[in-house]
Formats: sequence, structure tokens, C-alpha cells
Amino acid sequence: MTCERRITLFKKPRQIHLLGWMAGLIAITPSLALAAEKPRSAETVSPLMLRLTSEQYQAVVADTFGATITLGGRFEPDPRVDGLLGIGASKVSVSTDGLEQYDLMARTIADQVVSKEQRAITVPCKPASETAADDACARQFLESAGQFLYRRPLTDVELTARVATAREVSTKLGSFYDGLSWSLAQILVSPQFLFRTVEFEPDPKRRGQLRMTGYSKASRLSFFLWNAGPDEQLLEAALKGDLHTPRGLARQVDRMMASPRLEQGVRAFFSDMLMFDELPALSKDPIIYPKFSAKVAVDSREQALRTIVDLTLTNGGDYRDLFVTKKTFLTQNLASVYKIPLVNNVPNGSPDTWQAFEFPANDPRGGLLSQISFVSLHSHAGRSSPTLRGKALREVFLCQPVPAPPAAVDFQIVQDTSNPVYKTARDRLNAHAQNPVCAGCHKLTDPMGLALENFDGGGAYRTTENGVKIDTAGELDRIKFEDAEGLGRALHDHPAAASCVVNRMSSYGLGRVTTRQENQWIDALKADFAKQGYKIPALVRRIATSPEFYSYVPAPAAEPVRSTMLNSSSPLTEEVAK
Amino acid sequence: MSVILSRPSSRRSVLRGSITGAAVSVGVPFLDRHLNSNGTALAETGQSLPLVFGSWIQELGLNPGTWIPAKVGPGFENNLQLKVFDPIRDRMNIISGTKYFLDGRPLNTHNTTLQIATTGAIYQGNVSGPSLDVIIGDAIGRKTRFRSLEVNFAGRRQSWSQRSGTSKNPAESSPVALYSRIFGPEFRDPNAADFTPDPSIMVHRSVISGITDERQALLKTLGAADRARLEEYFTSIRDIEGQLEIALQKPSPMPSCTAAAQPVEMKPSPLVEDTYKNGLLFAKLLAHAVACDQTRVFNVATGAQGQRRPGSASTWHMHTHEEPVDERLGYQKNVFAFTNDANKLCLEFMQELDKMREGDKSVFDRALTLWQTDHAEARIHTLDLTPIMMFGGAGGRLKTGIHVAAPSDPVTRASLTIMQAYGVPISTWGELSNKTDRPITEIMV
Repeated sequence: MTCERRITLFKKPRQIHLLGWMAGLIAITPSLALAAEKPRSAETVSPLMLRLTSEQYQAVVADTFGATITLGGRFEPDPRVDGLLGIGASKVSVSTDGLEQYDLMARTIADQVVSKEQRAITVPCKPASETAADDACARQFLESAGQFLYRRPLTDVELTARVATAREVSTKLGSFYDGLSWSLAQILVSPQFLFRTVEFEPDPKRRGQLRMTGYSKASRLSFFLWNAGPDEQLLEAALKGDLHTPRGLARQVDRMMASPRLEQGVRAFFSDMLMFDELPALSKDPIIYPKFSAKVAVDSREQALRTIVDLTLTNGGDYRDLFVTKKTFLTQNLASVYKIPLVNNVPNGSPDTWQAFEFPANDPRGGLLSQISFVSLHSHAGRSSPTLRGKALREVFLCQPVPAPPAAVDFQIVQDTSNPVYKTARDRLNAHAQNPVCAGCHKLTDPMGLALENFDGGGAYRTTENGVKIDTAGELDRIKFEDAEGLGRALHDHPAAASCVVNRMSSYGLGRVTTRQENQWIDALKADFAKQGYKIPALVRRIATSPEFYSYVPAPAAEPVRSTMLNSSSPLTEEVAK
Repeated sequence: MSVILSRPSSRRSVLRGSITGAAVSVGVPFLDRHLNSNGTALAETGQSLPLVFGSWIQELGLNPGTWIPAKVGPGFENNLQLKVFDPIRDRMNIISGTKYFLDGRPLNTHNTTLQIATTGAIYQGNVSGPSLDVIIGDAIGRKTRFRSLEVNFAGRRQSWSQRSGTSKNPAESSPVALYSRIFGPEFRDPNAADFTPDPSIMVHRSVISGITDERQALLKTLGAADRARLEEYFTSIRDIEGQLEIALQKPSPMPSCTAAAQPVEMKPSPLVEDTYKNGLLFAKLLAHAVACDQTRVFNVATGAQGQRRPGSASTWHMHTHEEPVDERLGYQKNVFAFTNDANKLCLEFMQELDKMREGDKSVFDRALTLWQTDHAEARIHTLDLTPIMMFGGAGGRLKTGIHVAAPSDPVTRASLTIMQAYGVPISTWGELSNKTDRPITEIMV
């Protein structure tokens, strides 16, 4: 919650012209859009309704009412589709169980917002009587808070309905604030709040064409840059039509990118891309990995995010250097796993226990691949996994899906760690790859995963397995290397690495996989990314200011059948040969 | 008439005394004498005690050669792996020989098969239909607080219950959270002498109903795929409305209903022992929930795949692939032990249902729990000879104590049989080769 936002709640609600707002919104087939302005059907409009992720829900509530508001419920799991939770958001609705929780959270939040302790801050007016309805005051509150919750002004119909709810409940219960609370709860459980809906309207400057509405542009922009709803200035820009001009749009993008909140957005994107949502639940066997704990898992996520933010935002570095950088941040917990005698040099009493750290040039650690977050997340509970690591490397950093293992394959040799003949993972995988059915896929994953074998399943460094020296030589698409550092360099120089982050970031912002029609735009983004030195802020700005980021794209004729290999919505994920 | 609120919250404190004239006080003490002689119905009204359906998903199959009974038909003897179920052998059915069909579609191991088991078809991307439990829930579960309850023993939120591919029912991973949902302040004891509608629920229902007023306007702005998802949202809204409506009515007395004891929170853990303890906590809660008619449908995901033993580098799943078949025993010894533990837990779960006595019958008797798995032999991800079990006879609607051999038949035959037994108007189930119009007549009454 920013002070700025809370102050806006006290302002007299802006006179926003709502008439015709909804009436002007249409969903038109592409052919129809070209032919005439009269809407006829919505059948071919692409999916444009995205459920707020749990982080976005919390951000919107905190921005509107303050960070001290507690939610009091649990979210439905966000599904991962095509590699991103950001795309999964466009593929889900709300189940009955999920709605039960949203309803519980709505009532919990609303109770706090109008509580005696909070109402002086959150409610911009006082009712004539606390024991009766007061339409004017209710309208003022609901209009003011509602615009942030809906990321646009409430329509006349919506506002009238919410005020009516407040009136009816206030009258029935003899309490103005109870009425206000129930009306706010109604907003918080409504689809207009829970879903980000992208709307289009006829483009007055291009007859027969559609354009995204200003408020939809504002939402797309703010969730992309900040992973939060639009602030007042952005809503104001949407109201004035500024976002429909390249200059006005660029002004808002620059303002938002200059905000410290950009870090929140960049963190959200990389958390999604790197599948960090799975880290808090990561569990390792404490007997095998005694230093690995839930705290280490959470800290490892923060370590990676700090590394990313420091390199790409703070220092404006080359994205690809994330695979080779020696610079990072550590806590005592992490240092223990890394076997580094970290001297605590933070000020006494400082709540921040993070310290900048640089691995020596000859240290085997370097880059995200050697950090605990990667090697432990893509391992088993009690052992490392070259295959899972190689698969993750392909899918997460190169956007190259790896097929699932076929049926009726015997993995016995690969996974018997007590086999007296095959003592290391390399030995076991080599034996397994004698089966031609298995060899094809394992060639895609194992040669690079084996380069990380110096890091065990808990992230600690080792040089032997079962008494035999580990051989970390490997290969990534014909580039050979001797160890993890070499793998990092190979990934750094791999053209698909830069290409992948462009694909992922554009899909993340759009909430869907890009279509063939957008290939030209994506190619241009990639070219610009390279031209500008692979700088993440430049890529973010380029996407956010692109007309294509806000353009109308019709849905394909049929729902494509996509790989579900990165789809965590399935309860089970096959652990292929290790 | 004054308003009596059993568990006032802050909101209710405001409401107390502020609404008049809405309360109803009904004195209906419940005694066993209200049951008919065989415990299947309330003697006073003749009303049948409600049917209950449960789904039990236990991945990683059963060890080949250890579970198919030698005898087909009634009076079978349990084979080695299923000996644990001997105490309820006459009250269960075993279906052997069934098969999952891929019809040329790729196999996403451990997933594709359970898609067929639960929905009768392989998902088309994110497009898929309702799961069996949701269809049955629509038939029998509309009059309870919860249309269904989903639990995951391994601390995860995933279940196999879904209204569609875009509306999946998340599982409860915490027994404490489940307890709070069922037996928290909203719980009304059906056997309480007095009943007074809670005025805050009236307000709540009205507020929720108000959301549906904008449905048409919202639908107009969306494309087909989004409209379908928004309709699912409104289906959930209607479910919540239904729950609130039910909470305003005097519940029917339930002979064995008592509120469950509050469980102690357990940290989610993949260890077999912890999963077992967690499972037992869930078993007690669900048994009480069903006995009190808070739900008539439950779904259990055992989370078998990630389970392991302390100090072991391998999970159950990894054991299925890596452990050599013991030449003397003829099966994988460790895998057998994991499966045995899971089967024991399943038995204890069923016995919890059976502890809820209703005359000479129990909740177990008016329930049927369908046990399904992903691959008969997880070691090599087989698709045939898939085991299926049914526990309980759905209030006498299906016979029990029978082993049915259905070689190479689609697994969907079991689901179709059960849906028909529960009164779902359905003549075929499944798609392509998994489609069937043949219920298992051997167990039909």
C-alpha cells in the first residue's frame, strides 16, 4: 500500500463519464471488424479474460486499502500452461471451492476496511448516521475504491447496484458500515474484480478497425510492468485517451519504468519463467541433505531474484550474463549450503540479512544454473538428476519442449544407485541410453545436465559419487565443455537463450502464446534485444510501447493441443530416467 | 421471537437482535428409534438416508501377479496384495482386466490414464469435460453444504475433480483447514433440538445473488472461450447460493452425526508415515462430514508418487522404475511394501466410514468409493490389466463381494455402472475406444 494511493481515496471522486462505456465495448469477428462497425458475433474473439493470480490479487488489495489488510483465505492453485502461470491465468475459471475462498477473503477484507480502526483512513466520508443508510457517502466510497479494484471506473449500472446493496443491508441491519462492508465484499467476489478482462472498441481513427480500450491498455501495462493494477495517474491517462497516442503511452511507460515498482514486475516475470512458485513447497530428505530446509528453499528463490534484479535492473547488464555471473547475494543459511564462511557485516539490528557476495574466479559456482534454486528444484528428494536438470534447462531457458518418456520402458539400470557396475549418474544414463527408444530424448537433456553433477540434489558441491570422481564434461548443441562454468558460457552464447526470454516475456505480458500473425513483431523484438545489448529494461520498454502489445488478435479456429510438460496443473509429473 | 445465534462473529454481533421475525425454533431431538428396522431410512418419514459417492485415486498400480483373485464371481479370495482388504471382502468388488485406450494420442505417463479414469476421455489441451464425481454430485449432492470435498494426503492442492478443464476443484491439503470449513462456525448440527436461521446468512445470500444480476451484460462482452469460463464462475456462484440456502433450512436429522474433533496440524510431508497419519485425520473428518450430511461426494488423491521413507533417496515412484523384480518373490519388494501401506490406509479409511453406525447399517453401506489407479504396472507404465475396486454397495444399489473379469474392456465400464446406479441419466460414457455403453451387469441389482 502506498500512501499516495490511500490519499486518493479521500479525494472527491473524479467526474468520469460513464455513459456508454459499456455500450461501446464490443467483441467483433475480424472479418466483421473490417467490414462494418456493427457487432454481430463474439465467437472468434480470442480468450481475453485472465484470472488474477494470487500475487496480483494481493497487490490490488494492498494498493487500494493498505498492506496491513489480511486476506484470511487461500487461493486456488494457479495453473502453469505453456510454461507460464501468466498464460494459465487465461485458461481457468473459478471452481466452487475456489469461490468459497474468494467469498471468505472478500468478507474478511471488507470487515477490516470499514472497521473502526481503519475507516478514518479508508472511507472518504462520514455518514449522516451510523445506524442508517447514506447513499451519497456509500457512493463516494464505492466509486473511489471500486475504480482501483475494477481497474476502471464502475459503470452507472454497477455503481447503482453496489450502492443499492449498501442501502438495503444498512437499512436491514441498522448499520451504515455493515452495508458498506457487504457492498465492498460484493465487489471483491465479482468477476469484474477477479478477472482482468480485455475490451475492444471501434477505433475512431481507423474505420472498421478495433482498438483496445484505454482502461484495458492501462491494466495490461500495469500488470506487465508492476504485476499490480493501474495507479491513479495511469487511470487518468486512460480516461484522457493518452494511452491511444504513442507519445502518451511512452510517457506512462517511462514513468512506470522509473518507479521502484518495476522491480516487483521483473521479479514476478522471472519467478514465473523460472517456476519459482514450486520452491516454497520443495522438500528434501533431511537425512541425505541435512542443510537443506524450507528456509533455504525460500532464500534460494530470493537469491536468484536478487541476482537477476541486480544484474539486469540495477546495473543494466546483459541478460545472458545471468548464466555466468559470479556476483550474487547470500544469507547465512545459503552460505552454509555453499560452504562459504560468510562474515555477517550487516548493521546490528538490520532486518536485512542479505549480503552481496562474489564467488572467486576459480570457484565452480557461477550463474543461475549453479545456484541452489535451479539444481535443487530440478532434482529428486534424495538425489540429483541430470535428466531433470537438462530438461529444465531446455524448457525454461531455451523454450525447447522435451517429450515425455514413452510407455513400456524399463528404467531399472538407470536408477539403481547401488549398482556395483554403474556407480555414477553418467554410467547409469549411458547404460540406459543403450535402449534406442530412450536415447533420442536423453541426448536432448543429459549431456548438459551431467555438467551440473558437481552439485547434489540439495545444492551442495561434491566431487565424487559412490567413491568415483564425477566427470562433468558435456555438450550443448555441439558446443562441448568440461564443467558447469562451461555450460553457463555455452548457454550464454546460445542464440535460443535470448530468443526464449523474448518469447516468454511477450507471452507473459499478453497472457497467451503469440500467434503466427505476430511473428514479425516477435522477430523485431528479438533483433532489437540483440541490438541493445540484451538489456531487460530495453526489452520491457520495447514490448510495452509496441502497438502490437495492445492489438486485436482473433482466436485460432480451434483450440490447439499443446504440450503439458510444463503444466503443473496435473497432479503428477513423470520423473524420467535420471 | 428472539434471534438466537449459536456462534456469533463480529458481523453477527451487529446482527444480533437487529432482525426480528425471521427465526424458527424447531424441537426435533434425534434418536435411533427414528430409523427403520434396517437403518436405511428415517422411520417417521420413510425418507432414505442419502447416497454417498467417493473417488479414491491411488497412483502406481498394484504389483502384477499379486492382486487378481483366482476365482471370478462371488466368493472370491483376495490375492496377496489385496489380503489387507479381507475384513471387508464381502462388501467390495474387484474389476480386473480393464484397459486404457490412447487411440494414437501421446501418453503423458501417470496423467493421461487418470484423465480417462475420471472423465472418460483424454484432455484436448485445456479442453476437457466434467469428472465422474461432479456428474454424480449434480445428481445427489445439491442438498448439502458442500457439493463435494476434495483432499490430498500428500500436502498438495491438486485433485482429479473438475467441472471442466478450466474449473478444477482444488484439494484440501491440511486437515485443520478442512475441519474449519466443515465444523467451523457455519456448522449446524442436524440433530440439534432447536434450529434458528442465521440472519447474516440471509444477507450473505442476498449479496451473492446480486452478482448474478450483471451476468448477461458481462457475457455480451466476451468471446466464446471466455463466456464458457464466465459461465463456470456463475455456476460456482449458484453453488454458493445453494449452500447458503441450505444453511437457512432446518437440516434433516442424521443418525450418526457428531462434530469431529479438531485435528492437530501436521506439516505436509512426503514421508509414508506422515502421509498415513494425514490420511487418517482426513478419514475421520470426511467420515463425520458424510455422517452429518455436509457432503455426499468426496475425492481422495493419495499423492502416492512422491512418497518415500526417511533417509531413502528414492520415492515410491522411483522405486517402481528402479527396483529389480525379486526373482524369488516375483515382484518388487519395496514397491509391494509401499502399496501395502497405501492399501492399509484405504482400509482404515473405509472402516472410519463403517464406524458411523445407522441402525444395523453404516455410512459405509450407503456409500460407494471407487478406487482407480494410473498404470497397473507402474514399472513400465502399462495400459492394460488395470485394477479397479469398489468399496460399499451404494445403499444396496450394487451387489458386493464379486470379482468381475473384464478382459480388454475399457475402464469406463466401471464409471458408467456407478453413474447409472446413482440415477444419472446416462447410457454411454467416454470417448473413442474408451467409450462404452455396457455397464457391469454382474454387480447390478
